[in-house]
Amino acid sequence: MTLTQAVRSTAPGKTTPKRAGRTRSEAKRAAPAFYWMVWPAVIAFAAFHTVPVIVGIFFSFTNYAGYGAWNFVGISNYLNLFRDDRVLQAYGFSFLFAIVATILTNAISLAIALGLNAKIKARNFWRGVYFVPYILAILVIGYVFQFFFSNSLPKILAGIPLFRDNILTNDTWAWTAIVVLAVWQGCAFAIIIYLSGLQTIPAEMYEAASLDGASAWRQFRSITFPLIGAFFTINVVLSLKGFLQVFDPIVALTNGGPGTSTESVTLLIFRGGFSGGEFAYQTANAVIFFIVITVVSLFQFRVLQRREADF
Amino acid sequence: MTSMTNTAAQLESEADAVAPAPRRRQRESDDDTRKTNWWATALIAVCSLTVLVPLYLAVVVALKTPEQLTNGTGFELPNPIRWENFADAWTRTEFPQALANTALITVGSVVFTLLTSSVVAYALARNIHRPFFKGVFFYLLAALFIPFPIIMLPLVKQTSILGLDNQAGMILLYTIYGLSLNIFIYTAYIRSIPIELEEAARVDGASTWRVFWQIIFPLLMPMNATVGILTCVWAWNDFIMPLVVLTEPSARTLPLAQYVFQGQFNTDYTVAFASYLMAMAPLLIIYIFSQRWVISGVTRGSIK
Repeated sequence: MTLTQAVRSTAPGKTTPKRAGRTRSEAKRAAPAFYWMVWPAVIAFAAFHTVPVIVGIFFSFTNYAGYGAWNFVGISNYLNLFRDDRVLQAYGFSFLFAIVATILTNAISLAIALGLNAKIKARNFWRGVYFVPYILAILVIGYVFQFFFSNSLPKILAGIPLFRDNILTNDTWAWTAIVVLAVWQGCAFAIIIYLSGLQTIPAEMYEAASLDGASAWRQFRSITFPLIGAFFTINVVLSLKGFLQVFDPIVALTNGGPGTSTESVTLLIFRGGFSGGEFAYQTANAVIFFIVITVVSLFQFRVLQRREADF
Repeated sequence: MTSMTNTAAQLESEADAVAPAPRRRQRESDDDTRKTNWWATALIAVCSLTVLVPLYLAVVVALKTPEQLTNGTGFELPNPIRWENFADAWTRTEFPQALANTALITVGSVVFTLLTSSVVAYALARNIHRPFFKGVFFYLLAALFIPFPIIMLPLVKQTSILGLDNQAGMILLYTIYGLSLNIFIYTAYIRSIPIELEEAARVDGASTWRVFWQIIFPLLMPMNATVGILTCVWAWNDFIMPLVVLTEPSARTLPLAQYVFQGQFNTDYTVAFASYLMAMAPLLIIYIFSQRWVISGVTRGSIK
């Protein structure tokens, strides 16, 4: 069961794990060694993942600043979140950014994957080139992009005021530069997924279709796209989830600015929680953020699976 | 499951261009020996510039003098070449220290991840029909849905209380947080290994641990490669976790060092770029020499 299978098996009533290891000792308990293999991992995971989650939820009902004394304040942190312009703006920015970046990443990746899947010269070389962004630290290559946007582009496109005045300092358009960087890196992984999806389609399907006189576009719409549905689903869900939590590209390019116009939810939680004395408040924000991401992911699975074909 | 190995095999056979890959544009005849699609080749080549140009920019700026940079757009070829940028960056960002930290954290995380995730996944895969193991499997899997920001703030408190705000703590965290995805990747593969292999060994009196280390673990090599690559890239490039967890300047990783010294570089772009290049180079060089292996490894991990 890997990612693409998970997409399929999350559909209600479809979870039927294969029971490969049940040939013997069905009724008996597992050998003690198996418990020894699992328990340390469970304890470590609970200690460093589940405990922080619970501690976080606990403190979200207090007024803890990150230091000193604290009191319970009920759900007032949660109520205040919905009245806080800065929080609402961060959600607005994160969603705008994530939706645009997801659409662009998937459209571009699919196009490139189709190109790489055609019979081209030096295909392995090109495939290797397109994967390079994945292995670079986005923060570090982001600083190169930052130089490009703030120093190179103003000189190259001096005729266009938007670029001449450094797009990164533009209230309205700075977010597009972040999209460029995030998509630049996001495509690397998405292309590989789409490419392996395309390779699962039998060539005979295209032969049959072209005998029937189907055009290239028609073939893409009726064969290619439905058959890579699972790959499309996983790419869209993963990229939207990742882009909603955007952090590194923003730190590299604008650091949330100008003002707070490119401040994402993660950046806000980081800033408010660590240096703003809003530990409890931002934890409440994180809890809401978790719920939002889960709802969005599950919603996507439901919607996207409905129109997925299998063969 | 067989299709997993098929995918890997496909990737291998691709080199010979014998795989009858389906295509969108059917410009030529439908024979298996199709002609090269020059339009697609040209398009792919042109689009790949978007990947290569930022790297080109990084290299040429890192080799320039500050005067050259102020007089141009940055894209001009460096003349004369100023190698001292690298020497400056080497000392100013305390590069050897950051490199050693990153290497230690990455290698430690990969080794511990491979040794632990595979064992846990084996126990889970072989007992998934038992409620306890099934419960653990879904417990670990559920964590994939939990975004890092929610544990970020409490985690930092916890690591500093426990004295884990250092390299050892980072290795521990990468090993634990990687568990969810790695188990996901391993279990499917383990279930495809026939149980008869183990039973033969058990009849000879081998213990469960012995069976795992001597029979199963060697068979897991393709998945070990996948998990190892994913963990390596993650630990090497991660920024947010070192940023919030590490407290001592002497524990800084490479991306963190770039962030910290970004302010100090100010407009000293040439030295800064030399520093960026040095931070990206080790993984980039490894990748260039193992490109096909890396890509097929990543593919195996994400495709059924």
